[in-house]
Amino acid sequence: MKPLQLLRRARAALGPSGTCAAVFMIVVLVAAVAAPLLAPYNPNAEALLDSFAPPSASHLLGADGIGRDILSRLMFGARTSLLGPALVVSIALLVGIPMALAACWYGGFVDSVIARVFDIVYAMPGLLLAVLAVSLFGPGLVPAVAALSIAYIPFLARIVLAAARQQRVSPYVDALSVQGFGAVRITVRHILRNIAPVVLGQAAIAFGYALLDLAALSYLGLAVQAPTADWGVMVSDETALQQGYWLPILAPGVLIVLCVLSLTVIGARISGERPQPYLLRRARKSAVAAPALTGAAS
Amino acid sequence: MTATPLLELSGVTVHLADRAGATGARKPVLDGIDLALAPGEALGLVGESGSGKSMTVRAVTRLLPGGAELDGSIRFDGQDVGAMDAGALRAYRDNGVGMIFQDPRAHINPTRRIGAFLIEALVRNRGVGRREAEARAVTVLTEVGIDDPARRLRQYPHELSGGMLQRVMIASVLLAEPRLILADEPTTALDVTIQAEVVGILDRLRRERGLGMVFITHDLDLALAVCGRVAVMYAGRIVELREAEELHQRASHPYTLGLLGSRPSIDERAERLKAIPGRPVSAFESGPGCAFADRCAHVQPVCREVRPELEPFQGGLVRCHRVAEIALQEVQA
Repeated sequence: MKPLQLLRRARAALGPSGTCAAVFMIVVLVAAVAAPLLAPYNPNAEALLDSFAPPSASHLLGADGIGRDILSRLMFGARTSLLGPALVVSIALLVGIPMALAACWYGGFVDSVIARVFDIVYAMPGLLLAVLAVSLFGPGLVPAVAALSIAYIPFLARIVLAAARQQRVSPYVDALSVQGFGAVRITVRHILRNIAPVVLGQAAIAFGYALLDLAALSYLGLAVQAPTADWGVMVSDETALQQGYWLPILAPGVLIVLCVLSLTVIGARISGERPQPYLLRRARKSAVAAPALTGAAS
Repeated sequence: MTATPLLELSGVTVHLADRAGATGARKPVLDGIDLALAPGEALGLVGESGSGKSMTVRAVTRLLPGGAELDGSIRFDGQDVGAMDAGALRAYRDNGVGMIFQDPRAHINPTRRIGAFLIEALVRNRGVGRREAEARAVTVLTEVGIDDPARRLRQYPHELSGGMLQRVMIASVLLAEPRLILADEPTTALDVTIQAEVVGILDRLRRERGLGMVFITHDLDLALAVCGRVAVMYAGRIVELREAEELHQRASHPYTLGLLGSRPSIDERAERLKAIPGRPVSAFESGPGCAFADRCAHVQPVCREVRPELEPFQGGLVRCHRVAEIALQEVQA
């Protein structure tokens, strides 16, 4: 398929709000990846003369109490702030998906045991688990990510399990069995593929929550540690708050909110419950026949 | 019929777990099915809904619902299907039997292209190269009467009509080159003109390749047209088994007679079609005697008390106490 066509399809599937969210996330991602090239300053370079400098041509978003450029810190901060949740979601998916597929395929006792395990883990708040991990292994990104990964397994796997169970009872699964395909082939190549939109959508939403959780932990000084540029760490800049400078705190805060919001919008659009081809077709149809449809509805 | 049968069912009984009953009671849905199928033979299974036709072929592929219990033995080419381990079962399903389902739209993964559906088994289970598999798929699609097969390979199931999709399913079964085709009401979801075409294609290709077939339908005439022998099922049992050519003249079981009598005819004008009174019962609803007793015009006290056996009568097998008397009445009438 041509890239332009692919882009048009993606836009149709995401809708206007989803497209805006996706564009925003891409901008953030590019800024994070290319931070060393794009950032105007070293994020940790202190310049006391620029202390609490207001936004200007040299510091687009001003500077913090010890004169570090806020824009540069936001760009480098995006790296740790996005890497953490990416790890959390990846690990949770890697562990959760096989468990959910096994539960759905074998059913019965296996299903009951795995589903109960998910329920038990789901009952434990992720942040509490992370605080526990930090108290055992000391503060840092690794224990926080590890603890959150475990907490996020049921959040994702329960959705996978529910969607996979629906597919499991579809006649096409029986037909594939009669064709001589095994459990792994059918669950991974057919069931998982068919529920991929739901899984991806939920993963995007989980990414947003994990970002928020990790930012909160960094804010509390439990995950990413102070001099490192990170959005959560930046929000915890008390001196700025005490002296009435709001930009050094507001900027990372707004970024966190926008990222979580964007990811939630994207996730909701992707997981619109129907398989992707149908979703695309419907989006195209409604674009053509919108007046007729609204007429029928009223 | 002296050679080893391709498929042999003896005393096949299936019980389903009854979830409604807290006692853990088990409902029988098949009751002592005995069948043998020679290589290359076509056998029809005819009966009303709930008579156990589909359950019989599902038992043959070991595709029974959860909690189902299978008794009796199913032998495919001498191998005991019930005793197969996972690997043997997969091999048997891959190249022993092929199943054509009633509703192709539900039985083909809707999000995969036709091409992916057709070649998956070849590439995955047989190690055939993609190019080679696609070439074979194109050949078989042409054989089942699909034009522009190369384009069809790139289409999704929703882009094809029901008749086209059923041909695709027939093609997928033929591609696997099984020795036995199980066709579970392959044309019920299609309209009548397409039905004739699809059955014609299936029948021709099966004969050309010398494949055995179990053909399920509730259309007696259709079964008579494509099958060498026809088994009539009622309430989980076979009530009559006979050569197709002879079934018209020599049908003996009151149920078979009822089925034959309730078909519309071009030659006779009738105010209403004849129907068999009452409703079909399931195996678990029938009493100790003959399951058809409540709907039978010839019922006697013995029918309700003693279960009739499947016994030879006029070249076929019939399960009825009064078959001789009824045959005599028919002749006199």
